[in-house]
Amino acid sequence: MAEQSEVTSEIDTATKRVERLDRVVIRFAGDSGDGMQLTGDRFTSETAQLGNDISTLPNFPAEIRAPAGTLPGVSSFQVHFADYDILTPGDAPNVLVAMNPAALKANLSDLPAGADIIVNTDEFTKRNLAKVGYAVSPLDDGSLDGYAVHPVGLTSMTVGALAELNVPKKDAERAKNMFALGLLSWMYSRPYSSTLRFLERKFAKRPDLVAANIAAFRAGWNFGETTEDFSVRYEVKPARMVPGTYRNITGNAALALGLVAASVRSKLPLFLGAYPITPASDILHELSKHKRFGITTMQAEDEIAAVGAALGASYGGALGVTTTSGPGVALKGETISLAIALELPLVIVDVQRAGPSTGMPTKTEQADLNMALYGRHGEAPLAVIAPKSPSDCFHAALEAARIALTYRTPVILLSDNYVANGSEPWLLPDVAELPDLSVEFATEPNGEDGKFLPYLRDPETLARPWAVPGTAGLEHRIGGLEKADRTGDISYDPANHDFMVRTRAARIEAIEVPDVAVEDPDDNARVLVLGWGSTYGPIGAACRALRHRGLPIAQAHLRHLSPLPANLGTVLKSYDKVVIPEMNLGQLAHVIRARYLVDAVPFNQVSGLPFTAATLEHMLEDVVKNG
Amino acid sequence: MASPTIPAGRTPLQLTAKDFKSDQEVRWCPGCGDYAILAAVQGFMPELGIARENIVFVSGIGCSSRFPYYMNTYGMHSIHGRAPAIATGLSSSRPDLSVWVVTGDGDALSIGGNHLIHALRRNVNLKILLFNNRIYGLTKGQYSPTSELGKITKSTPAGSADSPFNPLSLALGAEATFVARTIDSDRKHLQSVLRAAAEHKGSAFVEIYQNCNIFNDGAFELIKDPETRDDHLIRLEQGQPITFGSQGQFSVVHPAGGFGLQVRETAGLGDERPVVHDATVAEPAYAFALSRLSGSDLNTTPIGVFRAVERPSYDELLAKQLTDATAGSTGTPEQMLTDLLHSGDTWAIL
Repeated sequence: MAEQSEVTSEIDTATKRVERLDRVVIRFAGDSGDGMQLTGDRFTSETAQLGNDISTLPNFPAEIRAPAGTLPGVSSFQVHFADYDILTPGDAPNVLVAMNPAALKANLSDLPAGADIIVNTDEFTKRNLAKVGYAVSPLDDGSLDGYAVHPVGLTSMTVGALAELNVPKKDAERAKNMFALGLLSWMYSRPYSSTLRFLERKFAKRPDLVAANIAAFRAGWNFGETTEDFSVRYEVKPARMVPGTYRNITGNAALALGLVAASVRSKLPLFLGAYPITPASDILHELSKHKRFGITTMQAEDEIAAVGAALGASYGGALGVTTTSGPGVALKGETISLAIALELPLVIVDVQRAGPSTGMPTKTEQADLNMALYGRHGEAPLAVIAPKSPSDCFHAALEAARIALTYRTPVILLSDNYVANGSEPWLLPDVAELPDLSVEFATEPNGEDGKFLPYLRDPETLARPWAVPGTAGLEHRIGGLEKADRTGDISYDPANHDFMVRTRAARIEAIEVPDVAVEDPDDNARVLVLGWGSTYGPIGAACRALRHRGLPIAQAHLRHLSPLPANLGTVLKSYDKVVIPEMNLGQLAHVIRARYLVDAVPFNQVSGLPFTAATLEHMLEDVVKNG
Repeated sequence: MASPTIPAGRTPLQLTAKDFKSDQEVRWCPGCGDYAILAAVQGFMPELGIARENIVFVSGIGCSSRFPYYMNTYGMHSIHGRAPAIATGLSSSRPDLSVWVVTGDGDALSIGGNHLIHALRRNVNLKILLFNNRIYGLTKGQYSPTSELGKITKSTPAGSADSPFNPLSLALGAEATFVARTIDSDRKHLQSVLRAAAEHKGSAFVEIYQNCNIFNDGAFELIKDPETRDDHLIRLEQGQPITFGSQGQFSVVHPAGGFGLQVRETAGLGDERPVVHDATVAEPAYAFALSRLSGSDLNTTPIGVFRAVERPSYDELLAKQLTDATAGSTGTPEQMLTDLLHSGDTWAIL
């Protein structure tokens, strides 16, 4: 199994035995209204403070409040932390916190034998059990014998702990997630002062709720300390990480900050046009908080207006950005084509989700690659890039802006729900070392007789001049109609159209992108696994596990999907076998086979969930051993 | 944050209509009403005193949308229906520009209806010129959202079953702050309305009745023909009683106990008095009632400025948010970015 844990030492203390672990995976699961995302987020933050490496995976239904106590209403948050660098949120939880029978039933099959299960017994009522089809409580029928079950009256103990605080019963019951957090924080020796500060901030307007939630947290902690049921406390030592300042960050937040950084480093005002859509809305929320950087965020009337306004802003000299998910990109297609014809910078962020149509809006998928590469009318090439992890979204946003501004082209950035909502520690970059994205607007006529030629290209980048309105002497008209080379005048000339179509393709191919790197530590692998986007973590973890077992394998991961790195063909042809795992039905594999005539083997999973490292390890082991 | 570097203006402002003519050959059908509108706009532009480089025309798709190619200003011929959306991004990020949208009845009211109403509700600083010829011209003669009910066209051989929009009623329902109507053939009136639109802060919506002599010729003949015009055309003048007719024989009145406005014979008014036109009335019901006087038959058709009221424009409100947000910030953008990246719970690894 990939990323397997082991107990490395044991320490006895006066009160409880303390075991040292190298890694732990905890899953908090409950009803949508139980605050599991918040609980997981706080546990993650405490863990980050301790210096463990972390990876998280939130998993929640699209319904805001599905019927209480039902399987579709279960929301969970998984956190994986370790004393070494990890690449995924973990395959199988060592600990499940189940706030009700539905949470237990929905998650039980993911648990390995012997896992700890902490259940809120107060919710195991006849009615709640019946809702999920338990005739007999699984706590009583022996079906959980293979696990270490800890029955805890989370709700009643929380209410009891708050008896003297005079908070309404409903609020007291709702604080049970903090009791659970307190208990888990005790079990794993987490520093909790940041959580207390967080609660003070969150409930600043309701001092009674601050007191209630803190009291519930402490009650949970003290329960762990005193009860006989938990005889062991665990420690996971800090990971050995590159020195520097870190924060925990989700992909969406990192992407938003990357766009702010792109604005600062290009010295251009950022204009975001966006229409709310899961799972991309958080980028709009985040950017709307940073107006002091001169950022304009516009919640448009629809997806088409969102990209249209962004393109209008780009035309006026701003860094135009639109953020959306797959269905939104479909609506924006015509405007993206216009941006290709106008040859203006534009960044389109697609936080992919499971499709087609509404699909599964809160589940992940990589199935928009074809749309990004080909989903427009006419010959309409553009640049496509993808981040590989939550914190990498920051750098991917900067790279998207670099390409858009340098080459005057729309760029599609393919994030997905897995990296967007997942989180990991982020080594904060030195701002001065971020790429310089400054651009030069056209200021002078560039043609004979003082004429301005809007489609006269830079010979190296093939980019046309960016002449923004307000620049005297460069007044010109652009549009979606085919234009003549150099002058930009409307042209229906057959030879000119052929030339322009080829030129638009050539200018995308001319974009300079770094060579793809291959990770093959012993330089003896015969099998290459090629991935793109958010599969980096599970592929990397699977490769590590194989190498650890003496099975050589090489890993290459693509950030740039259009244009592809110049060395990719050579890399592919230097291995006996190329395997391409994707969360789609083989979209990159199709490109690779067509373009390089390489007999690449697709490996596909389209379940709405990321690959587990174990799944990939198993599959790759077979390829390495049997070819 | 620094705004784009724009060189200081160099264009002298003693401009003439000729300065606004681009070098492109105008390619509308001979006799098209668009020629008259183009000439009127080019003739009126110098009055604005705005340098050519600070004027932008944005259009969608349709015959009228070729307009930007013929103006020697900045211009963008975009995609069908989307000009208001694109112009919103431009206008709100570049409040220094004078941004004009040229559109048609199909472009603005059919495929682009959503963007039109939202631009108007936001009061984006745009001058929107809707050339209404009540037909699809560029696609060769299908009925449009302003064609009369029962219109027989290539796509409706048995007559259209769609009731038309009243563009002014629609604009008023969308909270437009400036709403006017004019006619392609009346250059003086057209220019006076454009002038008022240009002076308006925020969205100005101008419907221009425009003749398509190929697919819908004579659509507005009743209010153009000198023989019939005066008995059907109601010229709205600020502060003046609303009367019309070759002999002034008709008046627009607000009947006691009624909701809207009505046309009556002046001679039979009795105690009633013609309504005195005031486009600045805050209550939109008045301008809406005026807009309802005209229907597909054009029998009583007001032209002029229906409504011109003050409301903060979208770019003003956005700019204020940026100014307020920037007010407290110190340090270079790079320092601010460093602080932002380091905000929240951070930890150090030594």
